[in-house]
Amino acid sequence: MLEDYIRQRTEERGILLMAHVVVGYPDLESSFDLVKAIVSAGVDLMELQIPFSEPIADGPVILKANQSALTAGIRVDDCFKFAHRVTQSFDIPFLFMTYCNIVFKHGEEQFFAQAKEAGIVGTIVPDIPPEEGTSYLAAAAAHGIDPIFILSPTTTPERLAYLAGFGRGFFYCVARKGITGAKTTFSSELDEFLGRCRRVTQLPLALGFGVSRKEDVDFLKGKVEVAVVGSQALRILNTNGVEAVEDFFRRLR
Amino acid sequence: MERPGYYGQFGGTFIPEILVATFDQLRAAFEGIKKDPSFWKEYQSLMSTYSCRPTPLTYSENLTRHFNGPHFYIKREDLNHTGAHKLNNVMGQGLVVQRMGKSRVIAETGAGQHGVATATMAAKFGFECTIYMGEVDMARQRPNVFWMEQLGATVVRVTDGDRILKDAINEALRDWATNMDTTHYVLGTVCGPHPYPEMVSYFQSIIGSEARDQIVRQAGRLPKRVYACVGGGSNALGIFSGFLDDTQVDSVRDPSDNHSGILRVKVSNGVELVGVEAGGEGLETRRHASRLASVHGSVGVAQGYKTYFLQDDDGQMLETHSVAAGLDYIGVSPILAAYYEQGIVRFEAATNDEVLAATRLTMKKEGIIPALESSHALACAFRETPQMSADDVILINLSGRGDKDIFTIADALGDEGWKEFITTKAEAYSA
Ligand SMILES: Cc1ncc(COP(=O)(O)O)c(C=O)c1O
Repeated sequence: MLEDYIRQRTEERGILLMAHVVVGYPDLESSFDLVKAIVSAGVDLMELQIPFSEPIADGPVILKANQSALTAGIRVDDCFKFAHRVTQSFDIPFLFMTYCNIVFKHGEEQFFAQAKEAGIVGTIVPDIPPEEGTSYLAAAAAHGIDPIFILSPTTTPERLAYLAGFGRGFFYCVARKGITGAKTTFSSELDEFLGRCRRVTQLPLALGFGVSRKEDVDFLKGKVEVAVVGSQALRILNTNGVEAVEDFFRRLR
Repeated sequence: MERPGYYGQFGGTFIPEILVATFDQLRAAFEGIKKDPSFWKEYQSLMSTYSCRPTPLTYSENLTRHFNGPHFYIKREDLNHTGAHKLNNVMGQGLVVQRMGKSRVIAETGAGQHGVATATMAAKFGFECTIYMGEVDMARQRPNVFWMEQLGATVVRVTDGDRILKDAINEALRDWATNMDTTHYVLGTVCGPHPYPEMVSYFQSIIGSEARDQIVRQAGRLPKRVYACVGGGSNALGIFSGFLDDTQVDSVRDPSDNHSGILRVKVSNGVELVGVEAGGEGLETRRHASRLASVHGSVGVAQGYKTYFLQDDDGQMLETHSVAAGLDYIGVSPILAAYYEQGIVRFEAATNDEVLAATRLTMKKEGIIPALESSHALACAFRETPQMSADDVILINLSGRGDKDIFTIADALGDEGWKEFITTKAEAYSA
């Protein structure tokens, strides 16, 4: 179970790292090599993003990777096959990250059935708030996959309590306003936000958006269980290649 | 009971958590103005002193004679300040922004009409203004870019995706997710997450309520059909809203029968509402933007709401095509999607060629230069004249004027004098 895995592993490692990979960027074989490199660098969890043509919550770096994967012809079924291959090959939990329409068009039941078969343990879908997610939640529960919800610094205390009721696995806290890929100043404001989150849930917390340096991960140690690294790794991939990404993750913690 | 923000199975609020509080605030502000009896008066007064409301209803006797009937009545939204119905929505939202105490507005634009309207509103109300516009649309609507900048707006070129309207919406949403404390997103049509479809149609309903009064007064009766072009659907819902109680839907198509059959709607004595989408190069070429009139649209969720989209079977959005930038969009209002399934509105498509011919005829016969978007409504009405009798009355919503389309129309008509002028001008600049 995702929650137990995170708790045990946090005891051993202090803080966990979750990486993010856009499936099929720049192509499926390269994505596999990237996953392999990241896993061997000791990363503890991984999000596999199924590309979507309108990724409204993503900034320019991840957006371009989505588009380029789609232009290269990646299909949703390729992503399921890819997930199956990596979950068979590597012994860390993998989650799907994507947008509502991918799940909706596939059929929620079918999506979760195939995700389960592929060995996926959780899903992150930023444009499905629980109010719109009745059938999504039911399908996830039926297949024993954890739907991960997002908590944001703009979320009111009442709504944090409401969202806490839908928590499975962990919560994904976003460090600031905006989209993926921009700079974040890690400050005491963040501590207050994380305090508000802790007050409503016992589940582990992951923190993402703007985590890009060892200093950021050090700052987060003891504050959250998981640090999420997305755009920065992709930037390094684009400029310096897959070995540089592996090296980056090795030095991050 | 239907959930708020839902129209049948369509609509909803599919937004990232970071924007939830902002939408709560907007919904509350909109509920506030709906309940405030002085608001609509303030809005009407603003629109009659700053724009030209009520816009006239023109009896087009030359077109009527040309086609041997029906009687053509044209609702003149082209006579709004800034040249299109877009201002109705924008000024309404401007008043909402004032009430929320925000200081900056952002907007997407396709044809540039909504961008110009928003930049105008921002200038008048003293807001900072940023407009997102796809690179492709900037190239085909350059004059509007010029005016937006002159009006004080920053125009941001969107180079991601297909570089058209949908991509501009994505960028505006990203800006908003960062700057919501100071910023309001002035969405330009009846799409997007709740409360936009409801709020924008609320402001645009001013078209329909005027038009119904006017046609009853001027023609002495209700129209047999009302035609409007449909991009997102705001001018269409605006005019249709005045006639919803006058429609009679006798039999409704089976909603599970997605696109497979002809709409089984029989309208006996009621007003028939006709929405005209962009047929582009022809539905059979797949190079079009007809979500409902073609068999290529299907239900999906994107840009925060559920409706019919032009998408592939994986849910990836398709490229759309139209000579009219303002109709070149993947989705359609969730309210219109519901009316489609309920048989309340009939959807048709007009091709680029039909649209250019209709533009030409309207200029020559009536001395009116329609926007290419609006010409879709004209083209469909022209095509259907044989189905009507000489003394039927029809109403066409002329959503905007065509000055902005001068480059596109001149190209399409192959106007040599214009080409020569541009060439000379270009030479002078490069000298
Ligand atoms: C003149 C004109 N008509 C129609 C439209 C299409 O929008 P809607 O369907 O929301 O009326 C536009 C959009 O830019 C426009 O500029």
